[in-house]
Amino acid sequence: MATAVLTTLDPKSRAASRGMSDLAIRNLFIIPTILFLIIFNIFPLLYSLGYSFTDFRASGTGQTNFVGLQNYRTLLNDPFIWNNFAITAKYVIVSVVGQVLVGFGTAMLLNRSIPFKGLLTTLLLLPMMLSMAVVGLFWKLLYDPSFGIINYALGLGTFEWLSNPSMALYAVAITDIWMWSPFVMLLSLAGLSAVPKHLYEAAAIDRAGPFYTFFRITLPLVAPILMIAIIFRTMEAFKTFDLAYVLTSQPTTELISIRLYKMAFQEWQTGLSCAFAYIVLIMVLAITNIYVKYLNKVKER
Amino acid sequence: MAHIQLKNITKVFGRHTALKNLNLEIEDGQFFVLLGETGAGKTTTLRLVAGLEKPTSGQIFIDGVDVGDWGAAERDVALVLQQYSLYPRYTVRENLEFPLKSKIRRVPDDEIKERVARAARTLRIEHLLERKTDRLSGGEMQRVSIGRAIVRKPRVFLMDEPLSALDAKLREALRTELKDLQRRLGATFLFVTHDQIEAMSMGDRVGVLNHGHLVQTGTPKEIYDNPRDTFVASFVGSPPMNLIDGSLAGGRAVIAPKTFELPYEGAVKSGANDRPLTFGIRPEDVVIEAGAPVPATVHDVENHGVEKIVTLRVGENTLRATVPASTQVEVEQDVRFAWNPKKVALFDKHSGISLRHAG
Repeated sequence: MATAVLTTLDPKSRAASRGMSDLAIRNLFIIPTILFLIIFNIFPLLYSLGYSFTDFRASGTGQTNFVGLQNYRTLLNDPFIWNNFAITAKYVIVSVVGQVLVGFGTAMLLNRSIPFKGLLTTLLLLPMMLSMAVVGLFWKLLYDPSFGIINYALGLGTFEWLSNPSMALYAVAITDIWMWSPFVMLLSLAGLSAVPKHLYEAAAIDRAGPFYTFFRITLPLVAPILMIAIIFRTMEAFKTFDLAYVLTSQPTTELISIRLYKMAFQEWQTGLSCAFAYIVLIMVLAITNIYVKYLNKVKER
Repeated sequence: MAHIQLKNITKVFGRHTALKNLNLEIEDGQFFVLLGETGAGKTTTLRLVAGLEKPTSGQIFIDGVDVGDWGAAERDVALVLQQYSLYPRYTVRENLEFPLKSKIRRVPDDEIKERVARAARTLRIEHLLERKTDRLSGGEMQRVSIGRAIVRKPRVFLMDEPLSALDAKLREALRTELKDLQRRLGATFLFVTHDQIEAMSMGDRVGVLNHGHLVQTGTPKEIYDNPRDTFVASFVGSPPMNLIDGSLAGGRAVIAPKTFELPYEGAVKSGANDRPLTFGIRPEDVVIEAGAPVPATVHDVENHGVEKIVTLRVGENTLRATVPASTQVEVEQDVRFAWNPKKVALFDKHSGISLRHAG
């Protein structure tokens, strides 16, 4: 298998004349990446697993003690942490559902012959290409109660989007929906355009109504690719940090990643935050696994 | 069941005229075959009747009602396509149920069951009902898509080359089955094909389309025996009708330039004598025998089992003749041939139109 992927080095090439073999070239390209991954990903991952069983503080000079599962026990018994999880879950659901509805809806609208379709699609993709922090900063301006254009456009007076505790999380989710719906749209569009046209014609001949056609033909055929979009967006939403951090600092918008950041770099509870990070990792893996199982089932049908 | 009429239909796609002033009438319960080459406008005609396309001008009547503004659903037609268009991810049963389950015209559950069972029995696909459609062979898929058409009891069946994607054996079998099915249902069929054998063997009536024009309609026998022009003559029949240029002189066909002369005993219309003509003769009406008047050389012999198709070389012309398989002929052998003088068709050389039809 591995040998089949490798192509043979052209014996007349410059690399060959310098006495490099196929293998040497492969290593030249791959080893730096692997080293990078080991140093910055694998090593910290394992090292932090070790820390998660201690009371290590990166800021202090005190003794580091092995505490066993105490950190995990503390975290899982902390009602505030559970509240962070609840907030995150709410955020993930609102944001992903919003993105799927808006993204899939836009894709349905775009999936026909309309003038300037290509240009329109490209323009709609722009939000996705911006930096999270930049998006956060200018949505903060848009949401501004006194001069923000959103209140002006909707005629909401001085409605407090970000400092209103019950609204702030939704405000962050709306920003996320604005930014990432294009991603769902792009994948949905690919799925929709792959549905053969003659199936729609057959359905029209069979006197199927638009809803019946949508639920019996369109949706089942687009489902696998839509699932992939949902997996990606759920994982991303789960670890949202910058957008929420830049936009607002309400306790009601304290997502797990923000809690984690504060715990690790403001309170310097390094051992505890390592344990927290591991809990989050396991949760993301579990959710992704459920999705992947479901995706395989959808694909099988 | 229904009577269909197309009146002065013209359909233009961009700068391409697909159909021009098409007039067509299909009787109730008739198996009508639309025959033509690829791009002749057959599928367009079908899609117009189905309501998937709107005519640029002209009217379509189903049972005497102008259905120009009706959508596909309202016209109550069934369409079977060459590419089957089964709904993927569903079982055969779910595919057959699909047209009945739509909320708009809810059919009671036990009736759905009964209709699906009957359709499956008719098409002999009962054992496939619980199978997913992607596990079916081509022939089975096409049966299912025909089944999806018949569960609904539509007014008209439209079939767009449903047999073209199948292999020869299966095509033959389904041809007979389809014809049989149509007779049992007493349904109106509009069947589109480029295969003249399908047209001749299945159609009650056949319409021949050429570049968007309906050249001739008639029973298969009429089309075969009495083609309206040289296009129909050469399109229908396998091997096609022999077409040789010549002229008529004193009741004899003179093949220019003086290659051979043979008697002609058909009706002679005034003016037939002094203009350039094209003679048409079916291969089975060309006889090869020792005492025949015209000498020729055997150019090629195709053995088809029941018969042989012999290509003859006469001067600059070639002629095909079908002879019994028992006839001994070799390539490059010198033979003599004649034709059945009563079966010769005359076409105007320039317009290609048969003299029997013109005027």
